Amino acid sequence: MSETAEKVKKIVVEHLGVEESKVTNEASFIDDLGADSLDTVELVMAFEEAFGVEIPDDAAEKITTVNDAIKYIEAQQGEADKA
Amino acid sequence: MFRLDGKVALITGATGGIGAAVARALHGAGATVAITGRRAAELDALAAELGERVIVAPADLADPAAPAALVEKVEKEGGALDILVNNAGFTRDMLALRMGDADWQAVLDVDLTAPFRLARSALRGMMKKRSGRIVSIASIVGVTGNAGQANYAAAKAGLIGMSKSLAQEVATRGVTVNVVAPGFVKTAMTDALGEGPRTALLARIPTGRMGTPEDIAAAVVYLASAEAGWVTGQTLHVNGGMAMI
Repeated sequence: MSETAEKVKKIVVEHLGVEESKVTNEASFIDDLGADSLDTVELVMAFEEAFGVEIPDDAAEKITTVNDAIKYIEAQQGEADKA
Repeated sequence: MFRLDGKVALITGATGGIGAAVARALHGAGATVAITGRRAAELDALAAELGERVIVAPADLADPAAPAALVEKVEKEGGALDILVNNAGFTRDMLALRMGDADWQAVLDVDLTAPFRLARSALRGMMKKRSGRIVSIASIVGVTGNAGQANYAAAKAGLIGMSKSLAQEVATRGVTVNVVAPGFVKTAMTDALGEGPRTALLARIPTGRMGTPEDIAAAVVYLASAEAGWVTGQTLHVNGGMAMI
């Protein structure tokens, strides 16, 4: 598991208070992990803070699973490395 | 009851009569108070009077970037905010027929938009802490309307609607959002009234007196307290009975 994936999962576990084993790549924040809409906003804010990236609203809307978050953040980090 | 020891409170418009009274009352209940306003000398005087547990942070809330910067500064110095009191506001009264766009917008910017921006910034830390209090000072005219105050009344009514919406958004996080709506309070603004208007005004207040800034501050302390944790999205009218809503 990449460092980013590990960090994302740790944030999800801490924030939603769910068991680590439930936080699979495919897990949907709302359907599988019991998040409400406010939780998802808070998660996005936590990701922004932890990774120093900005996640605009239209991108945030598309982040519905753990893997979506990992992929988006990794892509942003890739952009930053190129710059 | 109603102790605020260890809490950090930001009070906007602390240079005004009500704002200064709110700062004194929250400070008296044990909170660290961050006082802000445009007049730095008056903030310094209030800080000197209060002594310890004070953060002085002058700001002009008409500046769109000021609210976020203000919250950041206070949180850097005092830690995450527990209490935000949106008190700053001003009037630019005139009949609507004569009210220019600039007169409308200037009042909306400071009296409604700045409180929204402050709440948005303050909520970040409050949500993380799973506790917080936002209290906005509106006005009776936000509910009853008042000739000559279309801009001010709209802004104050807006605070009530905004607070109800925010209250619903953050209720599960232990954050409450409420409004205190003062009636006529004795301040420099009401002192400027002539004898005639003053007598007419008093006749409309069942308690027979104008409010004091302390009357308003006490309501803010209550809503800021742990004891008011089940009160959210409400407007507490403190007006001597002038309007019973």
